[in-house]
This record gives sequence, structure tokens and C-alpha cells, in this order.
Amino acid sequence: MAVCIAVIAKENYPLYIRSVPMQNELKFHYTVHTSLDVVEEKISAAGKAMADQRELYLGLLYPTEDYKVYGYVTNSKVKFVIVVDSSNTSLRDNEIRSMFRKLHNSFTDVMCNPFYNPGDPVQSKAFDSMVSGMMVQAS
Amino acid sequence: MAGSQWELPPELCCRPMAFVALTGLDVTYNAVHRAIWDAFCANRRADRVPISFKVLPGDHEYPKCRTKRTSYEWYIPKGILKTGWMNKHLNLVPALVVLFYELDWDDPQWKEKQSECATKVEIVRTSLQGRNTKVAVVLIQKKTPLPPGEDLVASERASSLCNACDLSGKSLFVLPHTDHLVGYIIRLENAFYEHAQTYYYTEIRRVKSHKEFLNKTTHQLLFVRHQFKIAFFSELKQDTQNALKYYRTAYSLVHELRAHETNMLEIKTMAGFINYKICRLCFQHNTPLDAIAQFRKHIDLCKKKIGSAELAFEHTAWMSKQFQSFGELFDEAIKLGLTAIQTQNPGFYYQQAACYSQDRKLMAQQLCQAGAICPAPDPLDTPTRGLEFYGQRPWRQGHQSIDPPDAEKERTGILALQIKERDVPHSELIIALLSNAVAQFKKYKCPRMKSHLMVQMGEEYYHAKDYTKALKLLDYVMCDYRTERWWGLLTAILTTAVRCAYLMANIKDYMTYCMELLGRASTLKEEQKSRIEKNLFNVLKNEVPDPEPECEPSGASAAAALWKDCMALSGPEFSIEVQDYVPFIQCKARFLAPSFHVDQLIRLQVLLRVDCPHPVSFNKLSVSLSNQVYNQWCVLESSGQDKICLSPGETSCFSFNFVAKTQDVGKKIEMTGIELMLGSGRWVFLSWRGAGGDAASAHEALQASRLSRPRGHGTEAWQEGDWDSLTIQHSTMIISRIPKISVQLSHQPPALNNEMYCITLTVQSQEEGVARDVRLTAGLKPGQDANLSQATHVTLNGAQVCDASDPALLPDIPLGDLNPGDKVERCVYVRCVSTGPRVFLFHVAYSINTSVDGQEINCNCHKDETVTIETVEPFDVSAKFVSTKFEPLERVVVDVPFVLMTDLLSSSPWPLLLHSSSLQLVTMTTCVPQPQSQLEQVVLQTGECASECFCLQCPPNADGNGTVATGQYVISWKRESSSPDTPLVNTTVPLPHILLENVPLYIHAELPSFGRVRETLPVRYHIENRTALVQEVEMAVEPSDAFMFSGLKQVRLHILPGAEQQMLYNYYPLMAGYQSLPQLNISLPRCPATHTHTLRRFLPQRIFVKPQGRQLDDAFIAAA
Repeated sequence: MAVCIAVIAKENYPLYIRSVPMQNELKFHYTVHTSLDVVEEKISAAGKAMADQRELYLGLLYPTEDYKVYGYVTNSKVKFVIVVDSSNTSLRDNEIRSMFRKLHNSFTDVMCNPFYNPGDPVQSKAFDSMVSGMMVQAS
Repeated sequence: MAGSQWELPPELCCRPMAFVALTGLDVTYNAVHRAIWDAFCANRRADRVPISFKVLPGDHEYPKCRTKRTSYEWYIPKGILKTGWMNKHLNLVPALVVLFYELDWDDPQWKEKQSECATKVEIVRTSLQGRNTKVAVVLIQKKTPLPPGEDLVASERASSLCNACDLSGKSLFVLPHTDHLVGYIIRLENAFYEHAQTYYYTEIRRVKSHKEFLNKTTHQLLFVRHQFKIAFFSELKQDTQNALKYYRTAYSLVHELRAHETNMLEIKTMAGFINYKICRLCFQHNTPLDAIAQFRKHIDLCKKKIGSAELAFEHTAWMSKQFQSFGELFDEAIKLGLTAIQTQNPGFYYQQAACYSQDRKLMAQQLCQAGAICPAPDPLDTPTRGLEFYGQRPWRQGHQSIDPPDAEKERTGILALQIKERDVPHSELIIALLSNAVAQFKKYKCPRMKSHLMVQMGEEYYHAKDYTKALKLLDYVMCDYRTERWWGLLTAILTTAVRCAYLMANIKDYMTYCMELLGRASTLKEEQKSRIEKNLFNVLKNEVPDPEPECEPSGASAAAALWKDCMALSGPEFSIEVQDYVPFIQCKARFLAPSFHVDQLIRLQVLLRVDCPHPVSFNKLSVSLSNQVYNQWCVLESSGQDKICLSPGETSCFSFNFVAKTQDVGKKIEMTGIELMLGSGRWVFLSWRGAGGDAASAHEALQASRLSRPRGHGTEAWQEGDWDSLTIQHSTMIISRIPKISVQLSHQPPALNNEMYCITLTVQSQEEGVARDVRLTAGLKPGQDANLSQATHVTLNGAQVCDASDPALLPDIPLGDLNPGDKVERCVYVRCVSTGPRVFLFHVAYSINTSVDGQEINCNCHKDETVTIETVEPFDVSAKFVSTKFEPLERVVVDVPFVLMTDLLSSSPWPLLLHSSSLQLVTMTTCVPQPQSQLEQVVLQTGECASECFCLQCPPNADGNGTVATGQYVISWKRESSSPDTPLVNTTVPLPHILLENVPLYIHAELPSFGRVRETLPVRYHIENRTALVQEVEMAVEPSDAFMFSGLKQVRLHILPGAEQQMLYNYYPLMAGYQSLPQLNISLPRCPATHTHTLRRFLPQRIFVKPQGRQLDDAFIAAA
């Protein structure tokens, strides 16, 4: 399961970041932030080819020694980033994809809330508990 | 040397090349030899064979060859690879020794020289005892050799020399010292290269042959060693494919070794070496993916092989070096043409290397106690000042069993290593690696990664106590995180930065960072904010702030001293530009309206809000405006000790008013800056450019605008708590006072082309004071089609028609002063000489005294009135030519009268008074001497038509053919409604051109205007000859039902040039009504072009015949 899940606004500022407690939270922030380089590059590369048929799932963004970082971009350019421990080899691409789908669905629900102003940090409890379900459970 | 222990040896990193020793060359004193040597060394480009040459003296001692082992049975190897081995084969043991000897085939002392050469060869051979090194002889000759086989002496002597020296024929070369030296040298070195390849081939065979003697239990190390050696020899042989294969075997063998704490370092060292070679060769073979895969495998295999826990830093140092050297190999390959991508570039390896170096530093800090003293005989010292085998401990070299031989020695050895590690400048290493990584990420478009690494560099500089550099880096990247709104990261960076600033006692930076840490972008907890706020207030009171937590105590105490010095100096006041930060005091200023009339008070508000936990007070607030004259009105200063206090979370509003200068009318007033003075004891100005706002406020305003319902953005209406949606209004226009006069225009549109169109302007004052110096500017509004200004003329003088000299716009017509309620009227005459719409401007300006806020000002007011006026043609004139029979004429016959008819159709909506009309003829003449106009004083209503007829004739002397101009038709007119003294307008209409024609014969009839049944009707035909020839004319009268006639029915006659014949007929009408006259047939045999039809048009066709009257009537008529 994931060690960090982040939702990034179209303008590349964080709407939501959650990482497993105990570990260096700041490090995950940096990891997510640096992964935006690759996301941006992938979006601009795909944007040239075919904007409409672009797949939302961007795949593995880049491997670090310790973590694998996956990316996903919605059509409104909101980015989802999932960080997974490198040692966790049981996770397959399909499972990552389904995690992103769940995330996207839940985020859509957040956006549908008439009291949520798009662009504000996500504070939904439903979203939070859904993310918790996808995180590595702190033992 | 920093980290020298971990550097890869240069002999490993170089590209191995066959080693060939050259002897017998005296390069210092012999010019020929020097030239030969230079030819070998110079220009060693890629196209030349890879050989490293060395000049050695003839009696050079080569390394001794150990006696060859015949059995490995009792041999226990002491290590994997000797430290000197690679260097030995690269630089000490040649593959080939070449002896240069000056000897010509016809040398007179051939015998002696031959034996001397043989001796020299022998000396070399002795020195190479036991080695497979080849020996070759090169004879340096002065003469160009003959082609092979021709010089019998040469071949005979060559074979004798070979025998004497015990050389094969292939090892004897001749080098003629002639022009083509380089060519000969290249051929020579190719031959040397072949010899060298053979040598390395035999060496590989020799090493391979050892294998059968080895057994797997005791000789494991030798398996690795031999594979490595074979691979290395293959490289020397330039057989890189095989080299790679053997290195790969060696690599897998090295991991098969029994690893334990004592030999872990040796295994890792060798694994690292072999991995380096494999990666290097993969890049060389242009298979970078293989290199990356090998490296990943290498790291995965070795990551967990930490070895001794007390020397854990060694592992991280080694790991760091692995990443670094791979990064360097990668980078080198890129320089040679490999393309890297964003997610796979050397930067990642440098970054990881830096990461391991950071771990190394942490471990070193944990493991190396500060107080330890180096043990007395340094266990790291070895008698030979080096190790015999790579990766072994100096205090137990060659030891291969699991347990260390001497526990005490082991302990001191580890201690010595720890002490040595303590002195390593870790931060330097980390920073160097990070900056390498930064350079790479910059190249591969990873700005955020670059920023992250720069943060790490900054933090490392902070740890290295180089605070200036740390701040420089942190300050540089802070801006990126701020614009991307990653507040958590920004706060982390600011926290480090504020520590640096504290430790340096840099007051300005310290305060700036504190202010941002207190601001709304900071993610710090409330109590930390309280602490920082307290520190900030201390500085403002010119007191020393508390040290930042997590600063090391020694640094903090040094900093406290620095702060004291600073406080004593108390320095000048300084200002902090906060616009680009997210400071703890937010400021937004606005003019209450986007424009103000000059007779209104200009009002502006400055709104302040503090985000820190405790109230903040300030001494002074001032706004600077683009016109500095107003600045004095926009200052708020606390009086004495009472400061103005701002409460957290509340918005404070400060209003300023001032009266604008009249000379600023039409100008924009902008806020150029806002300054807030804080402090008591030390004064600091927070300054905002423009009208406030900061790095985060634009986005907040955007979010607020998305949220807000379309609420009226009333300038006055502003609710508490709606801070984000509060918009900045940084400038306002000063516009002129609203004029209190009325300007009315009266006229009768549309304007008629060319007429003097009268527009009456009425200005009435509704001012309460005297409107002084009223001026009118009237005319065509500027900025329209440029042609219009040529076709429009304006004048005040309506008595005469204006001409082209009158302008299109009359500026500044003085109208005098206007008392309240007074009225002034002016007529402006406009003459438009082309049709179409025009916009006219009437600009009335005046000045008046008024008072604003008790201040008397003199303002200029103006009122503009524009009107669009269409200009139309007053009438249409058409003209046509008809014959005297009123039949339309296509061409006019010379010297025959015809009629010009003009029709004048009024298209003006207003009645027109036609004064007169006249013709100005060119070619034609009138039949009547002075024709009088038939239109005089006629009034035409809209749509009415006035026609005139003129009888004209073309004079006989005119040239008979082609078109001619007729002349012009001039009409003088005016509006009927206009006053009698209005000048008349003359409109000139050109008349159409007409075709002229000459006829040879002209005929016209003379007959009464009507006939009567059964009464004689005399008709006389005049026939004129208009040619210069005698014309023969045949004439005949056709019979008609309506007439009887008497006269010549058919006649042929001659008419002299210019003469006229008359023919008289008496017609006797038989029927009443319109009757066709009997047809007259005329033909000219001399002039066949002219026939009856062309002439008949001159004659009347019909006549009206009255019925026969009664006698009574006749008598009555006769009586009348």
C-alpha cells in the first residue's frame, strides 16, 4: 500500500498531502514536489500529440532508491501522486491504477460538494478516510 | 586527501593500452632519435593503434618475474588482487621491447656493429628473464632501402643479423631516416601492435592454464583473480567483448566468495572495481541499458553488505562512491554522444551518492567519539606505506580466516579508522556531489528537483557553518516554493534560514524570515509563532533575541555575542521590502473610486491585518503617491508613546483624504508605495510597492472571487471578514469638474452640398458663479477621414460663400464671460463640398472658481457636443439632345439646329429657390442671341422637376466628326427658407458630350402647320448641296392614299456646290386626322452612302389635316 498520497492543484500547489506518520513527512513533501517535474514533462509531451485521448494514468514517474512514485492527471489537470515503498514488490500496475481510480472518484465527490470551493485544500472526511484505507497501516 | 581511500585507482579508470618499450633512443641529445620519438608520441588520435609507448634505457631493469609455481596444492592465496598488478602491466612490463640501432646495410664496420647490436638484444633479453615479452630490433638507416629482393647484400646481412640476435625475420625492421618518417612510424607501430596482441594472447593463455590446478575450497580468491586478469589482458589486447565476458564471470565469482566481517571490505572493493569495468565497457559498447542494469544489480547485491557495524560509515562511503563513479561514467558517455532523459540521467546517481554521503556523515557523527586519541603506533601505518592487496586492513594484511588474529589490534585499528573518519570534511563532499546533481537536473528540465537539491546544499552549508552561502542558496529557492505555494516546504526552509540568520546575527534577514514565519503561509504551530514573535519584538526593542532551538550551543553562544555587538551599534533604520514575501502584516490599499472629479475630495483607504498570535503596534503609516505633493496628506503618525495597535485577525482601516491639484486634471494618481514603521528602540520600515498585496494575495483573491456570489462591488460597501475578496485599487484618475452649462444646437439637416449650412449654437450657464473666458471650438471633429477636412469649411461669416482657405475646425472662439443664467448664441456656417455623413464637434470651455473642503480652486470645465450631419445633393440635373422634331438625337448634324433639354429634379427635403440658370457653351451657338432663363425665381418642392429648352446649332465650320464638349449648365440657388441676404450658391453641371456628323445634302420642308381636307396644301422642299462637288439628285414622290398632289413626280437634277434647289408641290389632303405625307425618295448616285433614309429624318413625316368646315363656320371664321 501507499506511504504517501497527494492531490496537487492545476497550478501545482498541494490540495491534500497525507503520508504515513512516524516517517519524515517533509521528505515526502519534497518527493511529491519533485515528481511534478516529470508530471509536467509528461503532460506537455502528451499535450502535443493528442490532448483528448491522453491516458490519465501516467505510470511510474521515477524510481528513487527507497520509493516508487506514480502519477495520474485528471482532465482538469489536477494531479494525483502515490508514493509506494520500493521494497513493496507485491503491488502491480493494475492495483496502482485502481487506487488512482478510487482516488479520482472520491475527489470527484469532493468537487461535487457545493460548499467546496475548487482550489481550496481538501478537508473532506470521506476523502480522508478513503485515503487512510489506501495507506500502509501504521502498526 | 579527502576520501582518498575510496577513490578508484587511476589504473582502473584508464583505458588499458598495449605497453611497448622503446630502447636505444637518445631523445635528449640525438635529433634524429628525438624526431622518431616525437613521431611516435605526437598526434595519437583515434585512428592510430592504441599503444602506450615509453622510452627506456637499453639496460633498464624490468620487474623481476617470480618463479612460476608448478603446483597450487599447498598454496593459500592471501588476497584477491595485488595493488600493484594493474600498474605493473600497464606501465612496467612491456608487451614488446623495441631496440633501435643505427646501422646501414653497407656500413663499413658491419661485423662490429652487428655484434654490438646482438649484445644489446641480449642485455634486454636477460632483463626480461622469464617473461614472454617480445623483442624487436629497428635499424635506423640513412639510406632509402631498395625494393625487397633487389638488394642482395641487405637480405644476406639481415638474415645474418637475425641469426646473431636470435630474432625471427618478423622482428627486424628497417627505419630509413628520410622524408616520410611519419608514414614509416605508422607502419612500424602497426607491426608492434601485432606483436603486442600476440603477447597478451599468450598471457591470457598462461593465466587460463592455471585453472586446472585450482580447487574450489582453498582457491576461491584465485578464481576471481584469474578471471580479472584475463579480462584485463583482453582489454590490453583491445578485445573488449571478451573482456566484458570475463569481467562478468569475475563479478559473479566475487559474490560467491564466503563473506564475513574481516573480508567484506575486500570483496566490496573488488566487486566495485569489476562493476566499474563492466559498466564502463557497456557504455563503450553503446549499451547503456546493460550498464544501468548491471549497476542496479550491483547495488542490490551490495546494499546489505554493511560489514563491521563499528565501521558502518565505510559502507555508506563506499556506496556513495559507487553511485558517484557510475554517475561520472554516465556523464562521460553523454559527452561522447549518448542521450539521457529526464527520468534517467546522471543527476540521480549524484543525488544518491550525496544521500549516502549524508548517511555517512550521520554515522560518522554517531560512531566517532570526539575525545578519542589516536593509538600510539598507528595501526594504519604499513611498512611499505601501502597495501599489498586491494581492500584489506593494514593491520592484518593477507589474513583470510574468519576471525581476526588479534582482537586488540583489531580494536585499535577500528579506532584509528574512526578517528580518521572524524577528520573527513563530509559536508564538502556532500555539497560537491549535490552541485554535480544540480547541474545535471538543470540540464534535464527538472526545476523542482534542482530546487530540492539546492535546499539540501543550503542545509549542508548550514551544517558546515558557512551561513552566508547557506542563506544565499536558501533565499534563491524560497521564491520557487513561495510561487508554487508549497507552504510546508517553505516553512521548513525558512526555519533553517532563520537559524542561519540568527547565528550570523544578520538583523535584516533575521527579521524578514521571522515575519514570514509569523505570516499566514507559515505552517508553524501557535506556540512556535509566539516564540518567534517574542524574538521579533525583542529585536525591535533593540534587545538580543533568544537563540533558535536546534542551534548547537557553542554556535548559539557565539551568536549571542555577535548580537550584543549589533545592538550596541544599533545601526541605521532599515526598510524591508515585503511585497514578494508573505509577511505577517497584510496590507491592501485602495482609492475609493476609479476616478474623482477635481472638485471632489480624493479618498483612499489603507487596510491592515496581522496574522501573528499577539497584537502588533506601529508608529507610522505613510502612503507615497505618484505625485509626491499629496504624500503629506497620507501620513498617519502615532503621537508620543501611544502607538497604533493592530489586533490579530482583525482588519484595521485607515482613511486619508486630500484635494487634487487642478493641474493634475486628466492625470492618473498612483500609489507607489506604502510604508509601515515598527519598533521601539530599533526602527524598521515594512514597505510595499504599489498598493500592497503580497506573494499569496493574488491567489487568495482569485479563490475568493470564485466563491463569491456576484455581490455588488460597491466601493463603499465592504464587510468585515471579507479580507480576501477585498480588491486593490492602486490608481485613480482625476477628471475635470462636471460643467453646469447647456449647449444646444439648432439646424435643419441634412446639409445640402455646397450650401452655407447654418448651425445655431446656444450656450446657457447654470453655474452659480461667473463662467469666465468661455471659448468655443467648432468644426469637423478631428480623427475622421482625412479627405473630409479638405471638403469641409467652417466660418462664422454667413454673408459670403466660404472657399477652400477656410479651415475645417475653428478653435477657441472667445464668447466672453457668462453670468449665472445668461445665454449666448452663435451661428456657425459650414460648407460641405462632398456628400456623406460628418461628425461635428462643439466644444465649450470655461473656467470657474469653486471650493472643495474649504479650499478655493479654479477649475476649467468643458462641455462637448457632437452632431452627425449628412450632406446630400440638392437636386439632380439631367440633359438630353433632341432634334427640332423632339426626337432623341444620337448625333448632331453640323449647321442644323437642334434642342437641348435640361431637367432639374429636386432631391432636397427643403424647398429650393432657383434664382437663375444659364448656359456656358463651348462649341455650340445658340439660335437665339440672348436666351433668358426659364427657371428664374422658381421654387421647387421635394420631388419637383424644373425643365428648360435651348435651341442650339453647331456652327458650319466645326469639324464634322467625333465627339465635342457642349458646355456647362450653371444654376444659382438657395434654400427658400433662408434669409434674403444669404448668398446664392452656384452649382455648375457639365453638359454631356455629343457626336457630330456632316451630311452632303440637307433637305428641309416648308409647309403650313396644318392642312384641311380638300384644300390645297403647298409644300416647298429646299435641297442644299453641302459638298464641294456638283451633286446629281434623283427625286421621286411616292403615291399616297391620303393625298393627291401636283408637281414633279420624278425628277433628276443637278445642284451646284453650296447651292440650293427648291421643289414646290401642292398636296391635296383627302382624309382628316394625322396623315403621313407622301414619301419623298431621294438618291444621290454620286454618293451612295447617303440615301433616302438618312435624309428623310430632316423631313416632317406627318401633318394634321382638319376636316372640311361648314361654310357658315368658314364665314364665321372669316368674319373673326
